[in-house]
Amino acid sequence: MYKHDVIVVGAGGAGLRAAIAAHEEGADVALVSKLHPVRSHTGAAEGGINAALRAGDSWEDHAYDTMKGSDYIGDAPAVETLCQDSPEETIQLEHWGMAFSREEDGRVSQRPFGGLSFPRTTYAGAETGHHLLHTMYEQVVKRGIQVYDEQYVMELAVTDHADPEERSCHGCIAYDIKTGELNGFVADGVVIATGGPGQLYAHTTNAVAQTGDGQAMAYRAGVPLQDMEFVQFHPTTLPSTGVLISEGVRGEGGILYNSEGERFMFEHGYAKNDGELASRDVVARAEVTEVEAGRGFEDDAVHLDMRHLGDERITDRLENIIHLATDFEGVNPLEEPMPVKPGQHYEMGGIETDENGATCIEGLYAAGECACVSVHGANRLGGNALPELIVFGARAGRHAARSESVVPQIKTGPSAKIEDSDVESPVALGLDEESRADIVADGGALLDATAEDVVTHTLEQEQQRVETLMERDGVNHAEVRSDLQQTMTANVNVFRNEDGLKQALRDIHACRERYRDVGVSDPSRTFNTDLIHTIETRNLIDLAEVLTLGALARTEFRGAHWRQNFQERDDEHWLKHTMVAWNDGSPELYYTDVILEGEDKVYEPKIRSY
Amino acid sequence: MSTHVPESESESETGAPEQTEEQIPAAQQRRLAKKQERSDQREQRAESESETDEQTVHLKVFRYDPEVESKSRPRFDDFHIPFKKGMTVLDALIYSRDHYDSSLTFRHSCRQAICGSDALFINGAQRLGCQTQVSDLDDPVRIEPLPHQEVVKDLVVDMEHFYEQMDAVDPYFRDEDVPSGLEEQNQTRENREKIKMSTRCIWCGACTSSCNIAAGGNYLGPAAINKAYRFAMDDRESDALQQERFETIEQENGVWRCQTQFSCTNVCPKDIPLTEHIQELKREAVKSNLKFW
Ligand SMILES: Cc1cc2nc3c(=O)[nH]c(=O)nc-3n(C[C@H](O)[C@H](O)[C@H](O)COP(=O)(O)OP(=O)(O)OC[C@H]3O[C@@H](n4cnc5c(N)ncnc54)[C@H](O)[C@@H]3O)c2cc1C
Ligand code: SF4
Ligand code: FES
Repeated sequence: MYKHDVIVVGAGGAGLRAAIAAHEEGADVALVSKLHPVRSHTGAAEGGINAALRAGDSWEDHAYDTMKGSDYIGDAPAVETLCQDSPEETIQLEHWGMAFSREEDGRVSQRPFGGLSFPRTTYAGAETGHHLLHTMYEQVVKRGIQVYDEQYVMELAVTDHADPEERSCHGCIAYDIKTGELNGFVADGVVIATGGPGQLYAHTTNAVAQTGDGQAMAYRAGVPLQDMEFVQFHPTTLPSTGVLISEGVRGEGGILYNSEGERFMFEHGYAKNDGELASRDVVARAEVTEVEAGRGFEDDAVHLDMRHLGDERITDRLENIIHLATDFEGVNPLEEPMPVKPGQHYEMGGIETDENGATCIEGLYAAGECACVSVHGANRLGGNALPELIVFGARAGRHAARSESVVPQIKTGPSAKIEDSDVESPVALGLDEESRADIVADGGALLDATAEDVVTHTLEQEQQRVETLMERDGVNHAEVRSDLQQTMTANVNVFRNEDGLKQALRDIHACRERYRDVGVSDPSRTFNTDLIHTIETRNLIDLAEVLTLGALARTEFRGAHWRQNFQERDDEHWLKHTMVAWNDGSPELYYTDVILEGEDKVYEPKIRSY
Repeated sequence: MSTHVPESESESETGAPEQTEEQIPAAQQRRLAKKQERSDQREQRAESESETDEQTVHLKVFRYDPEVESKSRPRFDDFHIPFKKGMTVLDALIYSRDHYDSSLTFRHSCRQAICGSDALFINGAQRLGCQTQVSDLDDPVRIEPLPHQEVVKDLVVDMEHFYEQMDAVDPYFRDEDVPSGLEEQNQTRENREKIKMSTRCIWCGACTSSCNIAAGGNYLGPAAINKAYRFAMDDRESDALQQERFETIEQENGVWRCQTQFSCTNVCPKDIPLTEHIQELKREAVKSNLKFW
């Protein structure tokens, strides 16, 4: 059993920032991560970090752009916090030595990005995330913060009070990948920073490790998941792998063409003013529409051309793109256009938190892509995720160290509920009658016991779970995962309709049933990736259900969520957050208010046109 | 190793002159040309191959698991998998694992050459599985764990030693007087350009694994020295601190062990001119009159 004041689960940008912040508050903090920190997916981020740094720009403008980008489903207190804190956090990285690209005068460079009214995207080549991740890991090493790497966190140790708002989190259980031992971690504060669930989809820009573990664990422990139906599909990913071609390419002047050589963003009226630089959802839909109209390449792609920018400018600012296109698509973008298509990229929703990263369970925090403070609402602007990591990572770390007690404006937990929803589902949600035990909240353990007891109890439960999986000879998780990804890609993608969503729910249900027979065939304890992937797959099933359910219920068109038959944003009925809570194994769907009142203004919903 | 390599000699020996402003783009050009060449070859091959029908790839994969009796003696397993255009070695491994043997173990995550977790020994060279097109390789494709590192299981090696070497160079930015608030420590474009390649390291360990000298003893190895270079050359660190960095890399296990064999530079998947960086540090060390071993 390991003991620390604060445990941060996940060592990507958000986790590292949280750990540094907690450490600066004097807490004994440790990072527990299934990958070595420098292998985290934050390293893949390309384009940049939005921060209002320069004359002519202001945090207020950044906040306005973000609220508009969110299609008014972001919460103003969270958005304003993001925009107020980002400049300082970004410059903090510069002070830590991050290798930002530079202006002539030596100050950090900024560039234009989609949906922004000012070129405020601060960047380091087309590999901003790599630099950000390494810079923060360096600071973790400098401070001597304990890192437990290659430890897979399987479950949170939470008390089993009936009301989630009375529960408290005392630590977590991790599988030591190298030895196969299960370890208990006891802590006063646990920060989940496990990143997004991109592996829900077959075609994604996300790493293989992005399986939404933290979201699924928090969900089963009783924290609602918020706005999960809002999934961002990035308009420019390479067709064969899903590798991302940064928005920086369009920011620098890259042009999208259909197979008839038309600059369709303008010529077909998708975004008459901003063209290629319209919001991601707008561009992704335009591309799919072009392909469906028969104006695509190879039936699934359009072309992104940057040749006219000139070799020099490309090599200077976008060199990484040349390597990506050559290595992963066999195309040299200095000589020919790159084929691109939309791919799953970012999960706007996640673990419900307030501005301090706190969830409704005492001692449990979340930050980064796995969390939903609600800064991105229905659509995230490019360059707004990295500032989220550093701003809310730092806040969650500080608060988990219990050093601040600012009263948050965002309310969390079931008591924030404004109404229930009863959406008609084609299957019994979450249920799989024959073996309920397997799918019921596994985290819950012992009322009012000591922290150690709660962790020990959860540890025993998890040991049992591993034994069962290892002993059973059954279905390979990879088949189940692949089926799940296929149905999500077919039915819960850029375009959505009722039949498709219902089909997805049926398929997810079938995956759940098949998962009952899943077995780990590798008998080894050492580095058993078969076991880990099997547990991850279970997490993906839970998340797929939450996401699809929310999408089925939301009968409007907002941000990244497009519904056939509901082609209008419906502010009268849908200016609210979707919440899904784990209610004894059945997802319970309810809604909470969107907060449009900021510090000294109200963000009136306007038509989103670019 | 205690040979003194005079400045001029080292240059002629390595054929790696100090990078000047104009030469940096030239180096980039070379790398791009290399990539283009590879992609051209790939295209040609794909064209000739598309004429035949169903293609298969033959993988010979190293297997070892100390815990499982049937696998405790190292061996190679054969996998024959359907070839698809654009397939990488990592794709082929994933296919083998998901379709034939779920116990096949290897590290991987990003699939885009940024996480550094799938450096492997592929047909006799250190490469990233995700960055290597199957069509660029001779059949059968032989996949082994990185040499010179202890094998944990199948293709997974113990990276602890590599991480320790990285830690040994104080791999973090240090400066006493960082400005406050929103004020930046300005850096010239030239200086950023100078450290740029060194900052690209993804800790894959390919370079260290390819180096004979790193294999034997406690030589810091190319990756750690490159990390030291990254900070030593960053003008934002004070002169005094930079001097300290030279002392670290100058020690017995530091730069002087490098015999300029270029194996590290040849395998680095991020095209970092490692040998050049090491040579440059040697020169700097000589200039600043430090002792050498
Ligand atoms: C290709 C790409 C490009 C992007 N470009 C940009 C950009 O230019 N600008 C921008 O703002 N945003 C960008 N984004 C989005 C942004 O990079 C991500 O949202 C962000 O990096 C997520 O960071 P994170 O810290 O939340 O999670 P991650 O970096 O994904 O880290 C997750 C961590 O959790 C750990 N973990 C996961 N599960 C477990 C478990 N069960 N047990 C223990 N540890 C676990 C992992 O090991 C890892 O350390 C991009 C995203 C992608 C995919
Ligand atoms: S220097 Fe290159 S080969 Fe060595 S660890 Fe870094 S990326 Fe890998
Ligand atoms: S999988 Fe990340 S470098 Fe290859």
